[in-house]
Amino acid sequence: MLSFIVRRLIGGVILLFVASSLTFLLMNANSSGIAIRILGDQATQEQIVAKQAELGLDQPLIVRFGHWLAGAVRGDFGTSWFTSEGVLHLVSLRLPVTLSLVVGTVIVTAIIAVALGALAATRRGWVDRLVQVLSVIGAAAPNFWIGLMLVIFFALTLHWFPATGFVPLTESFSGWTASVTLPIVALALGAIASVTAQVRSAFIEVEGRDYVRTLRSRGLGERNVLLGHVLRGAATPALTVLALQFVGLLGGAVVVERVFALPGLGQTITDATTNGDVPLVMGVVVVAVAMVVVVNLVIDIITGWINPKARLS
Amino acid sequence: MSTGTLAAVALKSSRRGKNLSLTGRLLRNPLGATAIAILAVIVLAAVFAPLLTPYDPNLVTLADAFAKPSAAHWLGADSAGRDVLARILTGAHLTLLGALVALVVAVVIGLVSGLIAGFYGGWFDTVSDLTTSLVMALPSMMVLLAARVVVGPNLWITMAIFGALISPSIYRLVRSGVREVREELYVDAARVSGLSDTRIIARHILFVVRAPIIIQASIIGGIAIAIQSGLEFLGLGDQTVPTWGVMLSEGFRNIYISPLLLLWPGLAIALTIGALVLFGNALRDALEDKPTVPKWRGSAGRVRTSASEANPDAVLSVRGLTVGYPQDDRLKTVIEDIAFDVHRGEVVGLVGESGSGKTQTAWSILGLLPRGAVTENGVIVYDGTDLLGDGGRAQQAALGRRIAYVPQEPMSNLDPLFTIGHQLTAPMRKHLRISKEEATKRAIELLDRVGIKDPERTMRAYPHEVSGGMAQRVLIAGAVSCDPQLIVADEPTTALDVTVQAEILDLLRSLRDERGLAMVFVTHNFGVVADLCDSVVVMQNGHVVEKGAVEKVLREPEHEYTKSLLASTLDGTAPRRENDAKFAEEAAR
Repeated sequence: MLSFIVRRLIGGVILLFVASSLTFLLMNANSSGIAIRILGDQATQEQIVAKQAELGLDQPLIVRFGHWLAGAVRGDFGTSWFTSEGVLHLVSLRLPVTLSLVVGTVIVTAIIAVALGALAATRRGWVDRLVQVLSVIGAAAPNFWIGLMLVIFFALTLHWFPATGFVPLTESFSGWTASVTLPIVALALGAIASVTAQVRSAFIEVEGRDYVRTLRSRGLGERNVLLGHVLRGAATPALTVLALQFVGLLGGAVVVERVFALPGLGQTITDATTNGDVPLVMGVVVVAVAMVVVVNLVIDIITGWINPKARLS
Repeated sequence: MSTGTLAAVALKSSRRGKNLSLTGRLLRNPLGATAIAILAVIVLAAVFAPLLTPYDPNLVTLADAFAKPSAAHWLGADSAGRDVLARILTGAHLTLLGALVALVVAVVIGLVSGLIAGFYGGWFDTVSDLTTSLVMALPSMMVLLAARVVVGPNLWITMAIFGALISPSIYRLVRSGVREVREELYVDAARVSGLSDTRIIARHILFVVRAPIIIQASIIGGIAIAIQSGLEFLGLGDQTVPTWGVMLSEGFRNIYISPLLLLWPGLAIALTIGALVLFGNALRDALEDKPTVPKWRGSAGRVRTSASEANPDAVLSVRGLTVGYPQDDRLKTVIEDIAFDVHRGEVVGLVGESGSGKTQTAWSILGLLPRGAVTENGVIVYDGTDLLGDGGRAQQAALGRRIAYVPQEPMSNLDPLFTIGHQLTAPMRKHLRISKEEATKRAIELLDRVGIKDPERTMRAYPHEVSGGMAQRVLIAGAVSCDPQLIVADEPTTALDVTVQAEILDLLRSLRDERGLAMVFVTHNFGVVADLCDSVVVMQNGHVVEKGAVEKVLREPEHEYTKSLLASTLDGTAPRRENDAKFAEEAAR
């Protein structure tokens, strides 16, 4: 099990390295373009050259990459071109908001999708039809649009929840819950739809396997067979889909944060993109990929713990 | 649903020659037809947008700002007095074109790389697989934002990049589809007959992966529209072109003044993506050729067999057993009026070809018929109790404790996620109410009894770590672990090597002698019947055609079917033990 975790960890670090290097090279390849984007289209050649020198963009790409990498491995991602604050500091201020959203969404999704998927698989009938309708709605409505509708209905009309703003968990639990509920619902709906469908079909597939008949023949009781054995067998494919959903949720959070005016990484990267703040955009991308790596690692470990065969591969 | 299985389904349906009617089946599905109609309307509206409205979508008329829906402006006007309907229609044009750009890029990259990787494999396969997992770990939205810093707010470039980011989903689909086809013999046949690779790809592979790609494309189209409008909603799109996302962004700025401005573009987006999703689902259903839900309801209307017809001297007495499966509005009966007895210490062979209903009979005794099966009639009396009375509760109570099951395929009948020890001890702890330590001790003794060399190690092992013969011994140990009186064995030796078969039969025989077990032994092999059974029940097409003591049925078969079965298996061959020895010799060679 330990060597399994170590192998996955090394794979994750390599992924993080390759992804951030590629992002750096793509973003920095065209340095005059960046200068023009900051100065505007009317910039003169002299202004562009001056801006490039100011930002250190006049050095060769490979030198800048080496410089960035040397800093990055020490945890130094440079300073923002606009606020002159450390990128890591800016990101760490905003990270708790986005983490609250996506981790909350993943947990809510996992719980509801497992319950609904298992119910739909065993009961069929109306639960099954509900899940099918939900999956079309969840797949059809973009999460930020669901967020908008939730704001109009629950915040502006019913005043059940605040329309905007974030209360840190450390400050007030009830305030935090109220501020993240609607965003999490907006994000989770689509994720629940797709994970539920996966749980349902995996559950049906596993329930049809030979060993489930044999387990039943041992008189273990339906509850034990379905919850102890079938659900566990269905967990592996469901977890794979959950990990994929997480990647999409990070992108969804960027837009949903705007809807609820939450001061998270989404707002940071949106502003940084508008400003052409390359170091800050890089910082957010690296943190996002790091989150994907960590979540994949956690899900791999859970999968390995559930499924002894997975530890071998 | 994994892409691999979808390709496999497509392959199967193309082999059945059913792809021809795919469009027909798609249109017969009401959801599919609706989705196609909605998409057609949206596309037509997008193409003919300028003809459908007299307004210029970008014409600013400040006097009309926030105009309510009226005869002049059907959907009202926005904050700058621009006609919302005109902007929705023009927006459809641009939004769909953007999605199309993403789609074309994704399909071209995915199709080409998937074909090469699947068909030729090698280093290209390795590299593209690594690239795929890399790209799939990148949050697309973040990458698109980073790209916008470099290329600026350009709808087409953004959508092209998104197409590249999502191409792995097509790549995986095509690659696994190609793999499936490649393993099929007909590609080999095509190659032997001298067709070039390009011809093979065009004629066989593209034909198979075509429908799965369309399904995936409808999903990608939906995501592309969502991502595109999300970016524009953030205010990062090209604000001068009226796409649906730009309209949402504009509406959001005025959410307190006119929430209605959010509704129309939102509805347009949801309707378009919804239609794409429904279209994909309908096409998948058509491809899988899902059987319609059976409409059968209510009772079979048969005369009920009474429990008094059962033989009171037998351990197990079956009378009038009839089982059917709903098919459309009727029941398709698979076994009918089955009757036989099993006495204490007796082994009864259930013999017949596949499809004769012998396994259905065995599962009925155990109460383990597949979902949907209907026991139309019959009594199964075990030790004086009708197992089918009381809603099957008596059967559930007897299962595992008094009646046990030995399955056919040992390797697929142990849960791969649990140790063998766990699977052996759990039933004992439940039925015998003993501690974990006691159950472990008993399990080790049982494993030793069924001839497993290192029982302690086997207890800790997972099913994938033991051989088929060992797994079958474990399953037999599990069946006898709670001291049952009756064992139902469903072809327990068919999946095993010949030498192991003989050992397993010996084991079952000695357990029978030792514990006085009664046994129902399902088999298609008269050799096994002669070897192990005391009496035999011959089944054909769901009916019992002959039954009696083994010697009598084997020597003087009465029914024509029994005669033909015997002729095909035993005629002129040596006794079974000699045969086994000969087979074993051949196998060893």
